[in-house]
Parts: sequence; structure tokens; C-alpha cells
Amino acid sequence: MSMPFYVAPEQMMKDRADYARKGIARGRALVALRYADGIAIVAENASETLRKVSEIYDRIAFAGVGKYNEFDQLRVAGVRAADLKGFQYSRDDVDARSLANSYAQMLGNIFTHEMKPMEVEILVAEVGLDSAGDQMFHILYDGTVVDERDYAAIGGDAEAIRLRLADTWVDSLDLASAIKVGIAAIAGPDREIPASDIEAAELSRGNGRRCFGRVDGAVLDAAIA
Amino acid sequence: MAMPFFAPGDDPGANFPDLLRRVGLNPESVFGAAGGQSFDAMSSLGVPHATTCVALRYDGGVVMAGDRRATSGNLISHRSMEKVVQADRHSGVAIAGAAGPAMEMVRLFQLQLEHYEKVEGASLSLEGKANQLSTMVRGNLPAAMQGMVVVPIFAGYDLRRETGRLWDFDATGGRYEERDFVATGSGSLHAGTVIKVGFSRDLDRDAAVDLAARSLWEAADADSATGGPDALRGIYPVVATIDADGWERLDDDDLAARYAAIIQGVAQR
Repeated sequence: MSMPFYVAPEQMMKDRADYARKGIARGRALVALRYADGIAIVAENASETLRKVSEIYDRIAFAGVGKYNEFDQLRVAGVRAADLKGFQYSRDDVDARSLANSYAQMLGNIFTHEMKPMEVEILVAEVGLDSAGDQMFHILYDGTVVDERDYAAIGGDAEAIRLRLADTWVDSLDLASAIKVGIAAIAGPDREIPASDIEAAELSRGNGRRCFGRVDGAVLDAAIA
Repeated sequence: MAMPFFAPGDDPGANFPDLLRRVGLNPESVFGAAGGQSFDAMSSLGVPHATTCVALRYDGGVVMAGDRRATSGNLISHRSMEKVVQADRHSGVAIAGAAGPAMEMVRLFQLQLEHYEKVEGASLSLEGKANQLSTMVRGNLPAAMQGMVVVPIFAGYDLRRETGRLWDFDATGGRYEERDFVATGSGSLHAGTVIKVGFSRDLDRDAAVDLAARSLWEAADADSATGGPDALRGIYPVVATIDADGWERLDDDDLAARYAAIIQGVAQR
């Protein structure tokens, strides 16, 4: 009979966290930052079709880094949760905070109970009716939630990017400048990201009911130029 | 509420009504509330009914229009009902029949289109949207047998074929694509005739809007359940066009001017 051998819970959690962190660090980074009229999200993404940033609900956007199939599962679950809640109660009752809590519960459960943690970090952003209501929630692979006020960076090298944002971000940027600041923060001083590798989106108060919009094509080119 | 997360085998995909069933909410239950009552009993409930709606194609899109009156028997129960509503960016629904279930159906339909678009990252084709609405109308069949009939018109701009298209439905979910125009509801005989007489393939947007407005005028003139323009309260029919740029509803000032011209024409005949 084989002896079941003992692994300390601390060691088990540490191994899982290391595994998840390694997976996430391999991926490209993504930033979100407040601008005058909402929140801009900028990602480094070589794919034209496999999106990292997408719409969840009227005022809420989702962004994920790490393993694509895993954060895409989370994205779909978020759309479903939001649509169900809005249908059962009212569109006004759908908010980023409760969505972020649900994500935290889910990721926390998977981290502690499943064999393999999810190799993802996600960001849930909500644009408020005025700039004071803008919110961003950064959720880690183990269910830790951090709420950010002005800007957030997730994915590989996020710490360095966040420091660069701290230097360059200012209040009340316009959308084009916000995208520029975002790209510069992701790229760093000694690298240039080609325009085809940029995925950008806005959550704008000016877009009507569905605030989410992609910034691409000529609009993106103009913003970068 | 726990996050809806499914195993691959029982994942409802991008279908919102299926998602409702999967989490134990029955989308048909909102329509099927009639519960074994006879048609007479339903009529005596005084359920408001919506009446005349039309849709027609023009060069580059479609016009949809509907009056604003809802009736319960011989009483006017509502003067400013919106029977023509936007479904998504490039389509709209007009409803005739029992107002309550119809509004609920439209709400579910709008959400289904948006849900699909968000989950899949691309919106349904126009024909896909018409099929989806047909499924919902069929789901209402038990309630329709009790007198709660909902028969919508669906119209939109087909971005792939670059043309406006329109459909009407029967109570069993039967889906019929019409070539040029369609009218539904109690005043449809009059409204449909006006459009039939005035229609031609090369109408522009402006002429098509005028024709739709005129058809509703004649329906209101001859049908007691169809409301005419109400200048006293400033209530005009809902008229909207859908073209490559999407849905656009005409404002009341524009409609007031068009109806003033119609009234002048009628006074002179």
C-alpha cells in the first residue's frame, strides 16, 4: 500500500500561485485609465480577432490577460450574469462591484478547490454617470480584488507599467491622449509597439446606453499619430 | 446569485431564452399566464390591445410606423403606447395584439439580440433575428389560444445584402417575408390599401415616410381602434426608418408638419 504523503497547505498554495503567476507573466500586458469622458482600455494584442477587451453590459467592460480560453469563459459568464440580473430586476441594478465580487468568489473557489488555478488576471471597469462614479476592479488568479481609482495595469510586467502610469497619467485627458499614455506605459522607454498590435476600447459617457466602443481603424491611427 | 458557469455539454451558448430555462426561469411563463381560461373570460379581463402598424421598403431601407392607441373593448385604455420599437441597431419590431405579452416579448427579444452580440462578438444576421422572433411567437401559442395573440412585424436593414427587408408572423410562429410592404392589426385593411395604391419601388425615404403617415391617417379615419394624430396632446404616431446607418426615429415636430399637410389635403378634397 502506498503512503499518502503530506504537503503543507502553505506549500500547496505557494505552488499554485507560482504556477498561475508564471502563466500570466508570459502574456502581454493591458492598461485601463480614466480620461475626461470615461475609461480607456489599451492592450497589446497581436490578434485581430481574439479580443482581450470586451463589452459586458451598458456601462461595464471586461479585460483579461493570461490564458485566452480561461478568461473568455469568465467573460461569457459575466455577460450572462449581467444580462440575467438586468432582465430579472432592472438595467440600473447591474453594477461592476457585484460583478467583481462574483468573479472573486469564482476565482477564489477554483484556486483553492481545483487541481489547477486559472492563469488569468481580469479587470472589470464601469463608467459612472459622472467622473466621480468611474470604477475599476482588478481581480487576481486567486480571487484577490483590488479596486483602482485612476489607472490599472494587469499582466506581464504590470508593476513596471503601473510605475510608468503613475508618472504620466494626469486627470481629464482626452481619449486620444489617454490611448497614447496607455501605449507608452505598456511599451516602456526602449520598445515601440506596432499599431497592428494595439487593441483599444473606450467606455464613454457619450456613447448612449451602451457606453462600450472599440477604438480601431482610422480612429486608432489618428490617436497614435 | 452565483455566476452562471456551465459544463460544455449543457452550455446554452449565446441563446438568452435558453439561458433562462437553464437557470430555472421559464421565458414562456410570462406569456403563458392565461392558465386555462376561455377566450370570453380573457376578453372580460379588459386586456389592452394594440392596433395598427405598417412597414414598407424604400430605396435604401425600411420605414416602420404605428399608431399610439391601445383599447380594451370599446374603451381607449392608453393614448401614447409605443408599438414600434427598436430591436437593435439595424432592426425594429412593431406589435399588434395583447399589449402586455407583446411588450414582454419585445423586451426578451431585444435582450436576446444584445446577449448574442456580446457573447459571440458579432450580431446575428437579419434572417437569424427573424427566426429568433418566430421562436418566441411560437412559444406564445398556448396564450394565443386563450385570446392573448401577439403578431409582430419585424423589419430591418440587411447589411450583407445591402437592402431593407420585412417579415410578418402568425400566431403559430409562421414567418413570412414580404416583398414591399406589410400592415397588421385592426386597421390593417385600410392602411395596407393606402400603401398598396401609393407604393412604388423607387420611393425615397421622405416619400416612404409620408406614405406610412398617410396610411395610418386613413386607418384611424375608418377604424375606431386606431388612434389618429393627437395635436391637442402633441401625440403623433411612432415612425422610424432603418437604413445602413441604423435606426432613426422621426421627431414629433417633423410628424406634426407632415400631418398638417395631410389634413390640408383632406380638407380640400
